[in-house]
Order: sequence, then structure tokens, then C-alpha cells
Amino acid sequence: MEGDIAEMGKFIGAGISALGMGLAALGVGNVAGNFLAGALRNPSAAAGQTATLFIGIAFAEALGIFSFLVALLLMFAV
Amino acid sequence: MATDAATGTGLKFDPMGQFLVKPLFGGDVVNWYTPTNVTLWMAIAILGITAMLVMGTSRRAVIPSRSQSVGELAYGFVYKMVEDVTGKDGLRYFPYVMTLFMFVLFSNFLGLLPMAFTTTSHIAVTGVLALAVFLTVTILGFVKNGAAFLGMFWVTSAPLALRPVLALIEVISYFVRPVSHSIRLAGNMTAGHAVVKVFAAFAGLVALSPLAILGVVAMYGLEILVCFIQAYVFTILTCVYLKDALHPHH
Repeated sequence: MEGDIAEMGKFIGAGISALGMGLAALGVGNVAGNFLAGALRNPSAAAGQTATLFIGIAFAEALGIFSFLVALLLMFAV
Repeated sequence: MATDAATGTGLKFDPMGQFLVKPLFGGDVVNWYTPTNVTLWMAIAILGITAMLVMGTSRRAVIPSRSQSVGELAYGFVYKMVEDVTGKDGLRYFPYVMTLFMFVLFSNFLGLLPMAFTTTSHIAVTGVLALAVFLTVTILGFVKNGAAFLGMFWVTSAPLALRPVLALIEVISYFVRPVSHSIRLAGNMTAGHAVVKVFAAFAGLVALSPLAILGVVAMYGLEILVCFIQAYVFTILTCVYLKDALHPHH
């Protein structure tokens, strides 16, 4: 066993921060699914709300990207 | 890597190598004036935009040529987006939004070419774009509304006891905007292009290579979608921030 504990901690931390990706996927899926549910109930109103859909997806996804950033920082900057 | 010994072929995983900033004409000192691959690909992006929007539409035919109709499509798309999100009075800022959209879109798409460099994968690039949007919107908000712009942080529709807490949250989320705005774009580009490279590296393994090629093609298709959506999201968030500056009490 070579290497040190800090190195191991970096890899474990980067792996744990990958969980954020899955959680962001839940959020994005929730936004898209609810949009689809609403759009199927009232298809005529759906076209006007695609911008809102993308804004919602972008906000939900941003936090997943932050977890990716944490992983990158742990791997390359710490 | 453990798989090297097992296969003997030696898988070379270098997904982040494509994001290195290198001087164009040899050497490895990067000063602020050194022409690097970032400079090159930014110049190519601007030349591409000029070719599409200026040269493509210069003939102004009634029946548009292919490049003219693509240019008109892009113009109409962004125009409608600005009009829908910020309203009629936001159309004064359409040139800025159009510039942002075209630059981000071209940088994203050019980064998909093999051996290309994705300028928008660097937080230094997207950070400048996002900070420019942030400063523009903040200054514009104060110029247009004066001190009333601060009313954006004081949610009058909430109960009085909650308002200081909400004001704190609103202020924090306002100042996180440039961070999330830039990191969303840079993170998406970095992650997507790195994933393509990781799948490509699996092609070195003979047993996996058909799967790897399928994976590269699928990821590439997804990346084309992501490149467009991220440019769209970047501009539509700019429009949303502009709307907040023009109409702080919605």
C-alpha cells in the first residue's frame, strides 16, 4: 500500500461528489416530467412555456454542475 | 493503470489533455499577448459568424440561399427570444444578446471538430462573458430604476417577518448568478467533451471497440444537442436577467 491518506481522500471525495450528478438528474427529470404532464393536459399552452422549461432545467442542472466542479477541484486543484 | 497489464495494449485515458492552453508557435511560456490555441479558435469562431451573417446575407435574395436562410433563422430565433422574455423595451439590447448567442454557439460547435479546442470550456472565457452580463444588468438596473432597483430584494408579497430572511437569500442568489451562469456553460462543455474522449479511449480495447465506437457516436449526437441547448440557456438567462433589470417589480 503506497500513496498517502490525503490522496485517497481526494479520490473518495471526488467519487462522492459524483452522487450529485444523479441527484441533479432527479431534479431535471422532475422538471421535464412535470412539464410533459402539464403539456399533455393543455397542449395549446405548451409551446409558450418551453422557455420556462429550459430555464427550470438550467437551474436544476446548475447544482449538478457544481458537484462536478467539486470533483474537478478535488482531483486537480487541491 | 491496472488494465494496461491485463490487455497489453495500454489504454490511454487523457480526457483533459484537449483543454490545455498551448502557444501556437512553439515554446511553453504563455503571456497575455502570446497567440495560443484559444486565440486561434476564438478567431475562427468570429470568422465563422462573419461568414454566415455578413457574407451569407450580403446578396439579400428574395429567395434566400442556404446560408442566408440559416442567418435569418438565427436572427429571428434570438429576436423572438428577447421579445418573449424581456418584452418590447428589451429589444434595444438585442444586439448584445445576439452577439453572446452567436459567439457561444460557434465556440461550442467548433469545439466538436476533431483536434479542435473548445474555448467555452474554460471558466476564464465564460467567466468574462458572465461577468459582463452581470455588470451590464446591474448598472442598467440602477440607471433605469435608481434606488428602486434594490426593491427587487425586498419581496413585498411575503409576510413582514419573512422579508429580511428572503432579502438575504435574494441577495446571495443575485451574486451567485455570474458563478452559476459561467460554470454551467464551462462545466457542460468540459464534461461532454471529456466523456467523448473517454469513450474514444475504450476503442483501444479490441473486445470493446464496437461498443466504444457506438458510444462515441451516441455521445457526439448528444453533444451536438447539448452545445445548442447550452448556448440557448446562456442567452435566455441573459434575457431573464435583463428583464429583472428593466422591470424589478414583476
